[in-house]
Amino acid sequence: MATTKKKMVQWDPAHVKAELLSKYPTKVARKRSKQIMINEALENETPEITANVRTTPGIITMRGCTYAGCKGVIMGPTRDIVNIVHGPIGCSFYAWLTRRNQTDAGTDGANYMNYCFSTDMQDSDIIFGGEKKLAQAIQEAYDLFHPRSIAVFATCPVGLIGDDIHTVTKRMKEKFGDCNVYAFSCEGYKGVSQSAGHHIANNQVFRHIVGENDAEKPGKYKINLLGEYNIGGDGFEIDRIFKKCGITNIATFSGNSTYDQFASAHKADLNAVMCHRSINYVADMLETKYGIPWIKVNFIGADATAKSLRKIAQYFGDQEFIDQVEAVIAEEMPKVLEARADVRTRTEGKTAMMFLGGSRAHHYQELFAEMGMKVISAGYEFAHRDDYEGRQVIPDLKVDADSRNIEELEVEADETRFKPRKSVEEIKALEDAGYEFKKYDGLLPDMDKDTLIIDDLNQYEAEKMVELMKPDIFCAGIKEKYSIQKLGVPMKQLHSYDSGGPYAGFKGAVNFYHEIDRLVNSKVWSYMKAPWQNNPQLSASYGCE
Amino acid sequence: MMRKVAIYGKGGIGKSTTTQNTVAGLAQMGKKIMVVGCDPKADSTRLLLGGLAQKSVLDSLREEGEDVLLENIRKKGYGDTWCVESGGPEPGVGCAGRGIITSINMLESLGAYAESEALDYAFYDVLGDVVCGGFAMPIRDGKAEEIYIVCSGEMMAMYAANNICKGIMKFAQSGSVRLGGLICNSRAVDNEKEMIEELAKMLGTQMIYFVPRDNDVQRAEINRKTVIEWNPDVIQAEHYRGLARAIDENTNFVIPKPLEIEQLEKLLMDFGLMN
Repeated sequence: MATTKKKMVQWDPAHVKAELLSKYPTKVARKRSKQIMINEALENETPEITANVRTTPGIITMRGCTYAGCKGVIMGPTRDIVNIVHGPIGCSFYAWLTRRNQTDAGTDGANYMNYCFSTDMQDSDIIFGGEKKLAQAIQEAYDLFHPRSIAVFATCPVGLIGDDIHTVTKRMKEKFGDCNVYAFSCEGYKGVSQSAGHHIANNQVFRHIVGENDAEKPGKYKINLLGEYNIGGDGFEIDRIFKKCGITNIATFSGNSTYDQFASAHKADLNAVMCHRSINYVADMLETKYGIPWIKVNFIGADATAKSLRKIAQYFGDQEFIDQVEAVIAEEMPKVLEARADVRTRTEGKTAMMFLGGSRAHHYQELFAEMGMKVISAGYEFAHRDDYEGRQVIPDLKVDADSRNIEELEVEADETRFKPRKSVEEIKALEDAGYEFKKYDGLLPDMDKDTLIIDDLNQYEAEKMVELMKPDIFCAGIKEKYSIQKLGVPMKQLHSYDSGGPYAGFKGAVNFYHEIDRLVNSKVWSYMKAPWQNNPQLSASYGCE
Repeated sequence: MMRKVAIYGKGGIGKSTTTQNTVAGLAQMGKKIMVVGCDPKADSTRLLLGGLAQKSVLDSLREEGEDVLLENIRKKGYGDTWCVESGGPEPGVGCAGRGIITSINMLESLGAYAESEALDYAFYDVLGDVVCGGFAMPIRDGKAEEIYIVCSGEMMAMYAANNICKGIMKFAQSGSVRLGGLICNSRAVDNEKEMIEELAKMLGTQMIYFVPRDNDVQRAEINRKTVIEWNPDVIQAEHYRGLARAIDENTNFVIPKPLEIEQLEKLLMDFGLMN
């Protein structure tokens, strides 16, 4: 008799929070309690959450390292820059094609994504310093591929022994003349999470690449898409939509990108920011130096995609363009709505948990909402307070020793190339009409009252929450994948998308609906217990009883 | 039973000179000794070898790869002592500490300490203060078991000695390393002998020898020789023989009790103002 038993889960957020904290020593509990927030869904103000602080040693965090944020996230998706990792081989190997950022190999043959470049440091390089070996590696890469650019990434030991990678790269750049060589001091131990690596990458990309190519780019509505990494082909889907709408994407930072895209980024007229955490520094610097304003967009979720397209159209203000965007939305939406109506009969009322990055835990709420699913708990791995509470808290952020460790670039308006894309009056007119520049409200306002928002979740808490709150699906990364599935709950990786995607844009939304429908309605999870664990085939007792 | 001795002390205090002269004294007594220089400058065996003639362990490792032979990295010096230089990177690059760890491990795996070598003593001459993990290597894992700190009555030398005691205390609690005493290499400051004796007492150890200041040391060094080899009859040679004897007969091994900075300052005040 196959009846679907309605799951009755009763939980009280205060109780769950208390349960999570009860296992910790007093000091750890005090710190964690400030990172676990019961959302009050207030209209005007949100309570403060602690974020971007060090994980207590001994806790198995979901975070990654600074090198992962710099090399893996920001620089990894660019196809025609040779990325040389300066360090022992493990750091290179585990960052080799593991993030599923896809790329169009292009017609020029300059695609180095599938290679793993490393200086493979040995004991003697640690003792005598690795600078000579690094120079040799750069030379070798240049001789073999003649790339237009070579990037060097520092791993932990390089920082400890003090190899001067910036001088080495500078010398090599001067020597080659036709190849831009630069380095990132992104040693894994810097900062509290991969977030520091994003910032370091932003700084160096801006310092060494952006603005290098002054050639005019064709196109009427020219934008940059910031913070989109083409995981599972997300960027391809977004570019497909852009093309239909008549939007010219000068540079994506950094999914499916090339060196020349970064070098020409200052030729765009608008910056559309997807992942606020990883790339907002570049957005700010592009505005200060070249006068390009930025807006927050989100292409995860069909409704959000439509909204973001309209926002871009409104900025440029041409009626023709606005009409074209509306026509595209009208053309794309019916298929989405059809798929949505279908899966919704099976997904309505289901619950999800999401612990991801610095934006995905927010963006994917749109898709779940479209399916009638409720996100009962969410949080970021490496976000700062502004990603939770909104950018208005930035002036109040505490600058601690860890953030001070990361360089803050001082940028000024470019003497010749600064050109405000909109006059003060135009900006004001847009703002008066409700248009928002440079604004991100964060995760908190978009989540329901009494949901749990947790910063830097760890393995213990994840398992405990699954036990107490029994979500229908849990979304995080590879490190969490199997520990969650062993608890009998389907787990969807939203860093790498397992083997799926794209989930962005209109087609992506349909893919996501089907994928989540498949996962949350699978019967496989009811077979987690072997039959004999419920009903023993034999029973017996000890003789002495 | 081989005794494993490490000499520490402030930079420039005369560790290498004292070590080599003492080793010469021990060699004269018929002892079989290996000296391991743990300084990237690789100048710890110059007087025993009659010049900077030694190829360092790390240089050999770099040039020969893993196929290093014991003959490549140790050389016989005065009195049949074995001389080894760990070596290291040029100033300002790499990690010298890691180098010391590598070279001591290399010596072990090549059998330099094997019983068949019949060593009575292994001496480690270690750079400056205890800087990082690598420089503490000789006092970790029982590589050295007796420490002697070379110091003088100058304030910075005493600070350094106290600091080294902190390192010894840390490793003594988990291993077999002990402090054998302070060697006062005199700089002829006021009340030097009494002050170092008092410092030793406060640290829970002894001043094992007072080496007076004598220009013969300088004269021997110019000739690239230890005092004992250069002129065994001068009084300073007798002092080094005395220090060698004191170390050979020493039975006083302790876990030191490092002083608070206030105690150290007070000691300086008390003795400095005595006149």
